Amino acid sequence: MSGQAGIVVVGASLAGLRGAEALRLGGYEGPLTLVGDEPHRPYDRPPLSKHVLAGELAADATALPQRVPLRACWRLGSAATGLDRRAKTVRLADGSSVAYDKLLVATGARARKWPGEGAGLGGVFTIRGRDEAAALRAALARASGRVLIVGGGLIGCEAASCCRALGLPVTLVDPNATPLARALGTFVGGTLAARMRAAGVDLRPGTQVRALEGEDGQVCRARLADGATIAVGLVIAALGAVRDTDWLAMSGLKADIGGLTCDGACRAITRTGEPDPDIFAAGDVARWPNPLYGGRLVAVEHWGNAVEQAAHAARNMLNPDDPLPYAHLPAFWSSQFGLNIKMVGLADGADSVAIVQGSRAAGRFLAVYGRDGRSIAALSFDEARWLPAYAERIAVGAAFPPIRGATDQPAVETRAPGFPPPRPIPTDRGRMPEAAHA
Amino acid sequence: MPEDTLFAEVLDPRNRADPYPIYARLRRTPVARQRDGAYVVSTHAAIRSLLFDPRLSSEDLPPSRRPPTGNPLKDWLLNPIKNRIANAHRPLIFRDPPDHDTLRGFVMSEFTIARVNDLHGRVAALVDGLIETCRGRDTVCLVDDLSYPLPVAVICDLLGVPEQDEPQFHAWATRLATALEPDARRDEEARRATVETFDAIADYMRALIRQKRRQPADDMLSGLARRGTRDRPAMGDVDLIATAVLLLVAGHETTVNLITNGMLTLLRHPDELARLKADPERAPRVIEELLRYEPPVHFRSRKTLGDIAVAGATIPKGAPVILLFAAGNRDPERFSEPDRFDPDRADIQHFGFGGGLHYCVGAPLARIEAEIALVALCRRLRDPKLLADPPPYRPGASLRGPENLGIRIAGIL
Repeated sequence: MSGQAGIVVVGASLAGLRGAEALRLGGYEGPLTLVGDEPHRPYDRPPLSKHVLAGELAADATALPQRVPLRACWRLGSAATGLDRRAKTVRLADGSSVAYDKLLVATGARARKWPGEGAGLGGVFTIRGRDEAAALRAALARASGRVLIVGGGLIGCEAASCCRALGLPVTLVDPNATPLARALGTFVGGTLAARMRAAGVDLRPGTQVRALEGEDGQVCRARLADGATIAVGLVIAALGAVRDTDWLAMSGLKADIGGLTCDGACRAITRTGEPDPDIFAAGDVARWPNPLYGGRLVAVEHWGNAVEQAAHAARNMLNPDDPLPYAHLPAFWSSQFGLNIKMVGLADGADSVAIVQGSRAAGRFLAVYGRDGRSIAALSFDEARWLPAYAERIAVGAAFPPIRGATDQPAVETRAPGFPPPRPIPTDRGRMPEAAHA
Repeated sequence: MPEDTLFAEVLDPRNRADPYPIYARLRRTPVARQRDGAYVVSTHAAIRSLLFDPRLSSEDLPPSRRPPTGNPLKDWLLNPIKNRIANAHRPLIFRDPPDHDTLRGFVMSEFTIARVNDLHGRVAALVDGLIETCRGRDTVCLVDDLSYPLPVAVICDLLGVPEQDEPQFHAWATRLATALEPDARRDEEARRATVETFDAIADYMRALIRQKRRQPADDMLSGLARRGTRDRPAMGDVDLIATAVLLLVAGHETTVNLITNGMLTLLRHPDELARLKADPERAPRVIEELLRYEPPVHFRSRKTLGDIAVAGATIPKGAPVILLFAAGNRDPERFSEPDRFDPDRADIQHFGFGGGLHYCVGAPLARIEAEIALVALCRRLRDPKLLADPPPYRPGASLRGPENLGIRIAGIL
């Protein structure tokens, strides 16, 4: 690296930290700056919706370990607000600017807030950051009324599990037929629904929250699309995440709420379709053509991807003459209702699903998702021990189902996975006019 | 020597003292088909991959599938005996999920780390007592004097077998240990002897279980024999007996080997013996390296339920597979200087306790026994020297260990 400005990492969470570490481990000795919108050093998010809500772990006890001395300049508590690629500077919320020779974009995503009526009421929470989790935990600890969870995705389900474990009455509302329908499909989601109901969750599938109503500024009632009214003491909006790309709107890079588009080597793509050789992206915010899925543009909002992609981007940043494509088999895990759920691969677009080990009746099973006769994802409900074998088959695009003849294998029946129709896909189109200097 | 007979070389008792050069040759073909149709897997990566493959089964051939042979003696006398072994005495190491998981769950709920830790004092006292009996002698016969009596006494204590019955348990354990060897499992004569031993021990266990149910004590058998509750159904008597027998067999010979191989290795590396003597805190490192360098179990057999592609080869459905753990432990692709005994190595992911879902249930207990025994031997035997190197070995190729280990000593401290 020849310049004086060195490398700037925007985003001081998992991907930012791991990227910075990989730069140092990769031999980078120059200046290193980490910019973060929160005042905290990098912390781990998975425990926030689990142990922290349950009160087993304080929100501020989630700091990520640092594996190497970073010798970095930390610019925390000041969000990036703009990027000037011609001047090679990042503008911060406090009005200052940080110059870069190379830039790693790792701004991740933020929780979608409750967008409807009652948005300003007290007692309506989201979970994404440490402070949000701490506030929600404090509210749960003194809560007495019913907790309404809006959205049956991973975070909503984990929150429901924690609230039930705390003994709180819980209602979960989701527009799909089962929870986790988007991630797992309704065939598998039905198993979780049964588990949730057995744990005492008042599950309201196939409907939506129309409005939140309050008294004295505090939420006290929810009206559903099906006409029902629920008295609530606290609301958790678990509506997914929005990628943090607002600050890139004028940068001339292809960025929108679906992420920042990159090439296969994690380099950010400009509006003219060329990679910017000095700007890389990693983690939730990065959308890149994944060779394991036919070069389809994907953004993967999971822990493992943040770690791997950050290291990969750092490696390519330090080896500009030898960029390697980033092939990643996405994976996530969740713990809820006494279950360990793990998935490898991308299930969306699956046309088939089959239980290949265990059984739904036994409460532990492994399911494989297929698309056009290929295995594209595998899911474990308390049966993760075999997942690596299936991951290996999925990575090479094996036939569906991939493994025939196994212990504890039922008569394999192919079913429809039951994915809801896709939401409008975020396009490459930015929401702002192209910057003059792009 | 063609590679498809190399495993016969492994089984040949003449190679017992040093099978490692054969393992090195086997590793050149990570998955080597043998003339009898078995596939020997010998590299660390291939073994690891297979340990986590759901197509590998530990189940013996189900009895209903045993074909009639036309020989009335076999069909009417021996096959029913085989069936009886398979049906009534299939412990969890010969079971697949989901049955395996249920049985293992029972064992794990009783074989707790707290229970193992509670045995610490008892093991130390036993070791001291056994070493004390050698006072006044100028040689120690390690297997007879310590390695052999220690584990069976510990298991009897763990299970809750009355002390006066221990000698009987010794005898049974000896006879049953040979049943795990591949040769013994093929030999009809040996099978029958095994069945008779099983019958004797089963009768004994049945009575003991009844007594534990009447008067529960703080031991594993009482715990396993507990009546069922809504959350935890009771364990069936047949499974209970099979499990108790398994704990006796699997926890016995293996620990004998770990201690004996351990002392043999330390006597061959006097500097390491001196270091352990000076610093007993090194014991965990020494034990882990021993489990890699001279593991108590060299290989285990499995069977494929489907075709498996691994390490560039395809093992067809229905083939016997031999996971050669001891060869994986010496794989130069995985460990630097694999043939060097080096307790200070940082990277030590060995197959000394197997791996995957059949990973040794008794690993914590084996570690405690070996640590206490080896530290005590190093500290209390004055000026120990091997009488014969290599020592005579027992015939078993899988549960491999010296028949005895003569050590000349200048006294007991």
